[in-house]
Amino acid sequence: MSATDAAGRAAQRTDAADEAEAHRLEDEQRLAEAQEVRRGARPDWSPLPRRAGLKPNASPLFSLRTPIPARWRWTLAAASFVIPLLIWVTLNALGTIKPMFLPTPVAVFDALVKMIESGELFSDLWATTQRVLLGFGLAILVSVPLGIVMGTFDAGLALFEPVIAMLRYLPASAFIPLLMIWLGLGEPSKVAVLFLGTVFFNTLMIADAVRGVPRSLLDVSYTLGARRGEVLRKVIVPHALPGMIDATRVNAAAAWNFVVVAELINATAGLGLRIMRAQRFTQTDRIFALLIVIGLLGLVIDIALRLLRSRVGKWAA
Amino acid sequence: MTLRLKAVAKDYTVRGETTRALDGIDLDIARGDFVCVVGASGSGKSTLLSLIAGLTEPTEGLITLDGDAVTGPGPDRGLVFQHGALYPWRTVEGNVAFGLELLSIDKAERARRIDWYLDETGLGHLRKSLPKQLSGGQKQRVAIARALVCEPDVLLLDEPFGALDVQTKEDMQVLIRRIWTDTGTTVLMVTHDVEEAVFLGGRVVVLASDPGRVAADIVVDLPGERDLAVKRAPEFVSLRASIEDLVREQHRGHLGRSRGER
Repeated sequence: MSATDAAGRAAQRTDAADEAEAHRLEDEQRLAEAQEVRRGARPDWSPLPRRAGLKPNASPLFSLRTPIPARWRWTLAAASFVIPLLIWVTLNALGTIKPMFLPTPVAVFDALVKMIESGELFSDLWATTQRVLLGFGLAILVSVPLGIVMGTFDAGLALFEPVIAMLRYLPASAFIPLLMIWLGLGEPSKVAVLFLGTVFFNTLMIADAVRGVPRSLLDVSYTLGARRGEVLRKVIVPHALPGMIDATRVNAAAAWNFVVVAELINATAGLGLRIMRAQRFTQTDRIFALLIVIGLLGLVIDIALRLLRSRVGKWAA
Repeated sequence: MTLRLKAVAKDYTVRGETTRALDGIDLDIARGDFVCVVGASGSGKSTLLSLIAGLTEPTEGLITLDGDAVTGPGPDRGLVFQHGALYPWRTVEGNVAFGLELLSIDKAERARRIDWYLDETGLGHLRKSLPKQLSGGQKQRVAIARALVCEPDVLLLDEPFGALDVQTKEDMQVLIRRIWTDTGTTVLMVTHDVEEAVFLGGRVVVLASDPGRVAADIVVDLPGERDLAVKRAPEFVSLRASIEDLVREQHRGHLGRSRGER
């Protein structure tokens, strides 16, 4: 916007026009002053349009990258759970949605208690957890050494990265029919889905963490007398460890997704199976209860891995 | 001990284009010398240290330590980087211990040596600190102690005080001078600060730019016992001025050449 059309528009209101005129005079004065002071070779540019400085005292809620008070932090975190719960209760109270589709929180809680009392919740939980431990455990067992090789040796990167980058895009759930043909309907096919769903992502993320080890640390280690194997063991692995835990935390969530999907297809026990059964009898209260259990479990795993990460990586700035 | 560079040259190839970073470098450094290398940016100062450390190989020429050709990095040539390159997960003590942990010496002996070097570099009270808790000067002390504990034949310093404020820098200059006296180690230090080079060095080597060559090798005729006051002595000031002129001249020559090519 040039000064002239700003002035033209402001002319409709006299006070605004006065202000604009004052600005113009001020600009002229600045230019005159600048010309007086300056003796060098710079051309006579007109002054740059002026810009007001940042307004102080904006609320921390709307300031970029500004810590908010602890009280606010807890209030907001609580609100993120309380508000959906309120919407849920309100919808139930209004009666616009049939309880068959949206059970009341009380019904969900009752269903949960019933599942705990009968013991089926824990046997299902254990069956599912076992699969995650096995499938995701195998994925970690493969992806850690493979990621280290890819992040350390250029040859390893050239050999594995293209094929893994492609395999990563194949949805693991699409492998389920094939895996059932190959491995049957039992445990191995479910563990294999989990493994395929997590191993490629985990490998690439670990390779990235390993590649983040600064070159200068490797160089300085050689000048201190370290051999290649010692550099790998005493420099690369400890430096990349927090990044590896981060990768594992992200992919643990994916592991839970895949195990439930695998159990939806065919299983004799597990949380996914229980959800499938409940659907057959339109027991939405049980489905809700199971979803909440899975969510809470995810939260617990996430917090546990976060704690581990901050313990192992407390040296990181 | 003698570190000897004979007709050393180094080429770099970037996207098919080869540039000569260093050309025809002849240099002799004897046991106990403190030699400073100065030169404008682009004179290949850091490349020179990298070659001696064995982290890169010369394109031409030969580098020998006591007559043995340098073929790769080793603990006989300790290197200190500008930003320390400390192991961030190790404490100050753990960083200094790294080189000794690779050797089979007993724990008590290892601890005794680490203690001495921590004391010498004034880090005793910080031994349990992590690198992220240290200031720039403290980080460089750790890097120096970590290199020295391996008792290298020559300590290579790559602009070690370049990122420090003026006061810290002077403290570090006094410190490295004292360490050099106490340990009798040989030091080869690269810097862009001529004052620092004259204050610390028994010899100052001036590099010319593009390609890097030895333009001058000047003996610093100042007393061996130096404190910061020597920086105000007339012979210090005039030596510093004449070396600064040399560096500036080499730099201008370099600019003139690169303009002429266009």
